[in-house]
Amino acid sequence: MSIDIETAAKVAKLARIRVEDDALPALAAEFNTILGFIEQLSEVDVDDVEPMVSVTPMRLKRREDAVSDGDIQDKVLANAPDAREGFFAVPKVVE
Amino acid sequence: MSELSSLTLAAARDGLRKGEITATELTEACLSEIEGASALNAFVHNTPDLAREQAAAADARLKSGDAPDLCGIPLGIKDLFCTKGVASQAASRILEGFSPEYESTVTSKLWDQGAVMLGKLNMDEFAMGSSNETSVYGNAINPWRRDGDGADLTPGGSSGGSAAAVAADLCLAATGTDTGGSIRQPAAFTGIVGLKPTYGRCSRWGIVAFASSLDQAGPMTKTVQDAAIFLNAIAGHDAKDSTSADLAVPDFEAMLTGDIRGKKIGIPKEYHMEGMPAEIEALWAQGADMLRDAGAEIVEISLPHTKYALPTYYVIAPAEASSNLARYDGVRYGHRAKLAQGDGITEMYEKTRAEGFGHEVQRRVMVGTYVLSAGFYDAYYNRARKVRSLIKRDFETVFSDGIDAILTPATPSAAFGLGEMTEADPVQMYLNDVFTVTVNLAGLPAISVPAGRDSQGLPLGLQLIGKPWEEGDLLNQAQVLERAAGFDAKPARWWA
Repeated sequence: MSIDIETAAKVAKLARIRVEDDALPALAAEFNTILGFIEQLSEVDVDDVEPMVSVTPMRLKRREDAVSDGDIQDKVLANAPDAREGFFAVPKVVE
Repeated sequence: MSELSSLTLAAARDGLRKGEITATELTEACLSEIEGASALNAFVHNTPDLAREQAAAADARLKSGDAPDLCGIPLGIKDLFCTKGVASQAASRILEGFSPEYESTVTSKLWDQGAVMLGKLNMDEFAMGSSNETSVYGNAINPWRRDGDGADLTPGGSSGGSAAAVAADLCLAATGTDTGGSIRQPAAFTGIVGLKPTYGRCSRWGIVAFASSLDQAGPMTKTVQDAAIFLNAIAGHDAKDSTSADLAVPDFEAMLTGDIRGKKIGIPKEYHMEGMPAEIEALWAQGADMLRDAGAEIVEISLPHTKYALPTYYVIAPAEASSNLARYDGVRYGHRAKLAQGDGITEMYEKTRAEGFGHEVQRRVMVGTYVLSAGFYDAYYNRARKVRSLIKRDFETVFSDGIDAILTPATPSAAFGLGEMTEADPVQMYLNDVFTVTVNLAGLPAISVPAGRDSQGLPLGLQLIGKPWEEGDLLNQAQVLERAAGFDAKPARWWA
């Protein structure tokens, strides 16, 4: 599987990382190096092998479905690049 | 050199309890060492005021006779841990200015015991790297140099600042995190001890997430005993991390009996890598002899899927990272790019992430995005999860055959020069983790112990891998190895 420039651009878009057009060939080449390395996995016989879900066999704990925290709006917003009137502010999303 | 800052954690604890030294003296000694060691670029956010305050409180507590092990012990904290009111930016530009409103569980436990925070430590950006060269703060520098050569070497990564700080006696111990070898490889490169506990032994809550199914916090210390004391302090169940294990935590220090007679130590034949330096093969054989001399039985074992561990890791870790790092979008915290007229929210995301993430992080996020994308999920991600099951099964098989622990080299080489790998393709850098990454995939505990020096005088480490939850046994075997190897060299203080 070889990654072309178009695929590299698509992946960058999916990852929401701006990559300038002139950087795409180098990026595609790096992807190909890494994917070439990963390609070895196709040699392994994985028939009837379950994909790992959890590395330690344990049941997730259950807890009461109750509010355990709250009233910390100021703390939640304290690090926001732009917060106004108790909300996160972002550029216009809907025209 | 300050004798106080070079104390082991155990010696400092005993001295503090006897009143021979005070936490304030110990802290001042470390602060002055840190001040003189800016050339190492290990500490990146210093907290001297907080340290002095905590030291004074520790002294009062010691006087009242209430002295947990870490009371008054000055520590360095990897920048990956969120520390309340203290910059925590995972060595990334995207978290510039981030000051957490909360404290990670691991660091909370340290401060509850009365430990002292000297500051935050350099690391690879988001813990992605093996040389500390991806940090927004610039390179951390290894206190060790090759004999007769002034070239700066890497302290390893990702916990490079932690390793450099402990090796240079800037602090008594430090926290690290290990996703593919990030505690053990830097420990080996700097002649210190690094322990990755069993997955789930220490809470991940409040630690900036890289690959959640692999990440685990652990101690980086001067001795094995110190690692046991440190692990006692940070281990245990935490309701805030659903993957932390609700298991009793034994007293790991009390398990250091020095008796390993009858233990079966496996030597995996697949770890004899082609092109590995003869010195490392020799050190490995010496390590096996030391354990045999102490009464252990050395057995050759096979872990047949070893060669697939790195490619498996480089599917799973980027996949999880691409998901974990989706949160850095310029909305809730950290950096937001300046927008041009007419830019919408998508441009904000894309520009913010392009400016905020370094090259290696961008690359891994995009590789992760690709292996999770429609059409490739089964071929890459699901296949990797299946191979991961096989890698874990390899270990389960040898343990059920009676093997107690496994001895391997910690790294395929000694510390390399900064910049030496920049021309190589990314896969060459990834090979650094060839002996350590299997352990994360299988969730096992493992420790790197300094065991010798190469022909250029650089430290080399050996790794012991234990059974799940058997850190006590593992530490005991590691201490036997540590004592037999008798590594007591210190780097020349060229930075001071």
